[in-house]
Amino acid sequence: MAKLTFLKDVCKGCGLCVNACPLGLIVLEKDKINKKGHSPAGITDESKCVGCASCAMMCPDCVITVEK
Amino acid sequence: MAVVFSKPKALTDAPLHYCPGCTHGIIHRLVAEAIDSLGILDRTVGVAPVGCAVMSYDYFSCDMVEAAHGRAPAVATGLKRAMPDRIIFTYQGDGDLASIGMAETVHAATRNENITVIFVNNAIYGMTGGQMAPTSLPGQVTQTSPYGRDVKTVGYPIKVCELLSGLDAPEYIERVAVNNVKNVMKAKKAIKKAFQNQIEGKGFSLIEVVSSCPTNWGMTPQKALDWVESDMIPYYPLGVYRDKSAKEAE
Repeated sequence: MAKLTFLKDVCKGCGLCVNACPLGLIVLEKDKINKKGHSPAGITDESKCVGCASCAMMCPDCVITVEK
Repeated sequence: MAVVFSKPKALTDAPLHYCPGCTHGIIHRLVAEAIDSLGILDRTVGVAPVGCAVMSYDYFSCDMVEAAHGRAPAVATGLKRAMPDRIIFTYQGDGDLASIGMAETVHAATRNENITVIFVNNAIYGMTGGQMAPTSLPGQVTQTSPYGRDVKTVGYPIKVCELLSGLDAPEYIERVAVNNVKNVMKAKKAIKKAFQNQIEGKGFSLIEVVSSCPTNWGMTPQKALDWVESDMIPYYPLGVYRDKSAKEAE
């Protein structure tokens, strides 16, 4: 299990992390809106995350911090 | 719990102004990670270009100089010769390096200046609104080639790695991409090597990073990365074009 921290207000909602996650755990939270006016990325089920950091590596804005 | 991934120290907390999904952010981070992992932050000086990355002096926490359009390798030459103990890198786009700055680039390469050049190739002029660049692909639709790039009138794209590897002097030339996790990891390794070469005093290292421009290509960020894979990489093959030290060691 890993812990992901998202800087929600820095996220631009580009969705590159969503496609990078090999387990399909990352989604854009369509019901939320951040300071920039985008739907930020978030994780659906943190208990399934293995902490590979693929999402963080594809994020252009360093939104995601991964702890394992 | 240990942190396995966080923002590198060589980047400031300033929010990047780039469009959503622009891979400039990834390349900034890879450069910063290389600086962090080599422990050279206190003696690194970057040279910012003109283009989308013009504001990169706000994003790197090392010292930065802003060069006139295309002149980054010339400014870097001056910095390196005046302060040989500093690590100098330039960060340039395709309009900056391959168009207006071609003379500076070729001459810095042929003098084997001990600098590191990060060249971001996204096949378009991003900052000015999507005009045709020297690296735009044949048939690519841009603001100034609405019927697609016609090679009969405007010529073929410039392949910078192939061009520079025709010279005798340069130390290291590699082309990488940042369209998926595997390629990002390869790019990270290449950029670190380019800085390592400079620390060891080997000479001119250029890393061309095949990048995307979702806004001016008119695509979603993921579709733009798919286009990099399907159209750009076949035209701009990835790989090491020059590794002089490794060749001499054989």
